[in-house]
Amino acid sequence: MLTNFMAWMDKRLPLTDAWNKHLAQYPAPKNFNFWYFFGSLAMLVLVNQILTGVWLTMSYEPSGDGAFASVEYIMRDVDYGWLLRYMHSTGASAFFIVVYLHMMRGLMYGSYQKPRELLWIFGMLIFLVLMAEAFMGYLLPWGNMSYWGAQVIISLFGAIPIVGDDLTQWIRGDYVISGATLNRFFALHVVAMPLVLVILVFLHILALHEVGSNNPEGVEVKKKKGSIKLEDQSKFKFHAQYTDKYDIVDAIPFHPYYSVKDIMGVAFFLFIFCWVMFFAPEGGGYFIEAPNFEPANGLKTPEHIVPVWYFGPFYTILRVVPDKLLGAAAMFGAIIMLFALPWFDRGTVKAMKYRCTLHTVNLIQFVISFLILGYLGTKAATPLNNMIGTVASFGYFGFFIALWFYSKNEKTKPVPERVSH
Amino acid sequence: MKKLLLAICALVPLFAFAAGPSVHLDQANNDLTDKESLKNGFKTYINYCLGCHQLQYQRYNRTFKDLGIEEADGVANYMYTGEKAGDHITNTMPNKEAAKWFGTAPPDLTLEARLRSPDWIYTYLRSFYMDSERPFGVNNKVFKDVGMPHVLQDLQGVSSIDEHGNVTPAMGGSLTTEEYDIVVRDLTNFLEYVGEPSKLEREAMGYKVLIFLFIFFVISYFLKKEYWKDVH
Repeated sequence: MLTNFMAWMDKRLPLTDAWNKHLAQYPAPKNFNFWYFFGSLAMLVLVNQILTGVWLTMSYEPSGDGAFASVEYIMRDVDYGWLLRYMHSTGASAFFIVVYLHMMRGLMYGSYQKPRELLWIFGMLIFLVLMAEAFMGYLLPWGNMSYWGAQVIISLFGAIPIVGDDLTQWIRGDYVISGATLNRFFALHVVAMPLVLVILVFLHILALHEVGSNNPEGVEVKKKKGSIKLEDQSKFKFHAQYTDKYDIVDAIPFHPYYSVKDIMGVAFFLFIFCWVMFFAPEGGGYFIEAPNFEPANGLKTPEHIVPVWYFGPFYTILRVVPDKLLGAAAMFGAIIMLFALPWFDRGTVKAMKYRCTLHTVNLIQFVISFLILGYLGTKAATPLNNMIGTVASFGYFGFFIALWFYSKNEKTKPVPERVSH
Repeated sequence: MKKLLLAICALVPLFAFAAGPSVHLDQANNDLTDKESLKNGFKTYINYCLGCHQLQYQRYNRTFKDLGIEEADGVANYMYTGEKAGDHITNTMPNKEAAKWFGTAPPDLTLEARLRSPDWIYTYLRSFYMDSERPFGVNNKVFKDVGMPHVLQDLQGVSSIDEHGNVTPAMGGSLTTEEYDIVVRDLTNFLEYVGEPSKLEREAMGYKVLIFLFIFFVISYFLKKEYWKDVH
């Protein structure tokens, strides 16, 4: 019965073929480590955000007068509304933690290098859209930090010469942040951005499966057709799309091997996620900031206007530059650098362990700089903080510049033919 | 290069400069599971605070249910102005007029404990002192030049501060210092409850979910091990 049904379907839609191509017969390197959990976890959080978001939308009221009260209505009167709201707000922070770690993995193992440049670009586009999505979502509770955070960030566009003022007004839909801004952010947050996000994730995975997964060794598991003796090839069955063009070594089908492994990762992740969500949903004031328990008030500025933690690194780069326009340029520049990473790195060896020591040091200083920038972004801009922030900003940009220089004629270690497991 | 790394590491401790609260706050040590304390706090709120400060996001009947008050008793003992049990806890003070009387309209306090913390409320309500410069004759150490009078003055009395900043204990109240602290602690407790009525439910559910996830993790770990026997 089921077989007949599947046969009927397969004649009309390549269901079984897609299942095999992307899951049951997709060759994944067998040596994935801890860092390879975060891709599937990012998808999990995306699904969480979409589902909880849909249910929140059912009770949320996108208007300047009603938004704040409707969030409290969800927290008090809607059955399990508090759970939906905390799943969504904790999920937003979890999304960035997972995505930052996912990007870190790419940096360590050279997953952005040829032939995965486009894969990396799709990933960066996801990151960019995610930031826009989170920024707009943060306005929706209409708390005072929502209001002033949006005020500060939108006013950045005012630094652009000539069109700046008109542009900010166009974004806000008003002379100040108002219900009009809230409404358009709501529309973008619940319809436009998620749609773009889902499409980009689809393309990201499609591109990944075209070029194949990298691994901690940075050694390809798809070898030239005919170059590997049959007994050395992977004994598992892979889809013809891969085996027609390549000899596959050291790979295992994604399903069931990585699906069961990822389920284990999901359980571990959810344990930590639920711990925070049930026992510290405010995330120590980082996930839900205290001033947001007061309705938006255009006449009352919070003591320190700071964005949510995940914007911290970029916000610090913005702040340490004395000139507003240059600061905004530096902030966007920081993201453009990430986009251009595949071309800053002129090396051919992917994994950190086979590259020069300088690369490891550079990577470590980049991570430390990034963490410092992130931390400072959530603190007041004192002169000392700005000084440290400046140093860390040089560390951030320096990573890319240094990489461009030393990667050209880098002294690398010998890379093995096959991954060791 | 290692030197550079060391130098960067050396910078990290400098971040200990994070700005803390400027005023020392006493610990409220309130207990959300103490229903009697919550009821007392609710009563104090109705009697002393509600005239000016609404709890506009919280409903009476939800409060009755969570505090273990029968609805009929609640309506008789906690509701004075003829609302329905399902109504929000509001007052009829006109905002515009109130802003004229106090300099600023008294804020809604539903989320005060989440905005400022229970410790802040507990300390604030015990920090009024005599100040003849202020319209109501009192000022506050935690919230300088606050617009409100010392509403609990009948209970606490009022303390004063000399020019050296020394505080004399409150005088002229109907309660001793210890009794007054308990009244304020109960009120703080109630405000923490109102800030997030589902907090206890949330934590109770949290333990169950974590136990489930732990078992799920152990099972998924062995499942993974079983499958991966084929991988060499």
